[in-house]
Amino acid sequence: MVTQVTSFSRNGLSDWLIQRVSSLILLAYFLFIGVQIATGIDYTSWRALHDTTAMKVFTLLAIGAYVSHAWIGLWTVFTDYLTEYMLGSIGNVVRPVLQIAVVLALVVYAIWVIQVIWG
Amino acid sequence: MLQVSVYRFNPETDAAPQMQEYQVETGGKDLMVLDVLEMIKAEHDASVTYRRSCREGVCGSDGLNINGKNGLACITPLSDAVKKNKLVLRPLPGLPVVRDLVVDMSLFYAQYEKIEPYLQNNSPAPAIERLQTPEDRAKLDGLYECILCACCSTSCPSFWWNPDRFVGPAGLLQAYRFLADSRDQATDERLAKLDDPFSVFRCHGIQNCVNVCPKGLNPTRAIGHIRTMLLNRAA
Repeated sequence: MVTQVTSFSRNGLSDWLIQRVSSLILLAYFLFIGVQIATGIDYTSWRALHDTTAMKVFTLLAIGAYVSHAWIGLWTVFTDYLTEYMLGSIGNVVRPVLQIAVVLALVVYAIWVIQVIWG
Repeated sequence: MLQVSVYRFNPETDAAPQMQEYQVETGGKDLMVLDVLEMIKAEHDASVTYRRSCREGVCGSDGLNINGKNGLACITPLSDAVKKNKLVLRPLPGLPVVRDLVVDMSLFYAQYEKIEPYLQNNSPAPAIERLQTPEDRAKLDGLYECILCACCSTSCPSFWWNPDRFVGPAGLLQAYRFLADSRDQATDERLAKLDDPFSVFRCHGIQNCVNVCPKGLNPTRAIGHIRTMLLNRAA
């Protein structure tokens, strides 16, 4: 049975709001990075940029947005298509396994990014 | 001669559904799709099964999938539906077929029941009626006209995937009809029941419902209003 126990915030309104705010943060981040790359950047200036506290905070904000956005989006996809209604009883095995795998991968990404920028 | 292809399925006797072909003489008239079905039943095959009642777009009985688009057979003219002299009639998608073009609407009605589609007001009833200003009454326009034909909900993929949890466009249009009613006092309780990840938020705004509504209503806009009310309530 599909329940909301594995949803990001257990609340439809929160998930919906987080999904939209996180998309704006990601858009701002990737536009900023895109402009940096398009205007020409070498290792020294790239390193200097990411050594600033403001950029570290921005990157941390972006990975937080990425984790929440992906979690909410994929949870929605999984609870649409990988259900008992769509796949039979196997859906109730496949869905939680994939949900847990996605959450674990996202947490690993987040820790990895923190280690890269603060390590 | 119009080529008509009709979905046939009797779950009690058939292993699988099949499409049956009919050649119907329309005499060049721009008939309604329901007229063609009536001709098939009267002149070709009396076993073809469908629902119909008022035959003028008021009762909502004859919702069908007509050449791939949901609509009411009684008010859809052939000139709007027929492509290359071919008319394909299927039952509304996503609901179990009872027989041929008749679907089991239990899930649809269960979602309608869930939103408590009646006025809730615990203040003492006035002698004559609960009055509204013309401005408050105008807020119900575009909402109360729904005839529950299910064309919208059965064209919505989110309703196909989660018919037991997503209220669907028809139910949500009616939910907003009571949320917007100045005489209703259960706004907070109604909103509290819509706050989960499924009931409202499975709508991704693809507007299939708007595209097919035979009454020209806009469930997506109503769902947007519900979201705004939920946000204002939480803020």
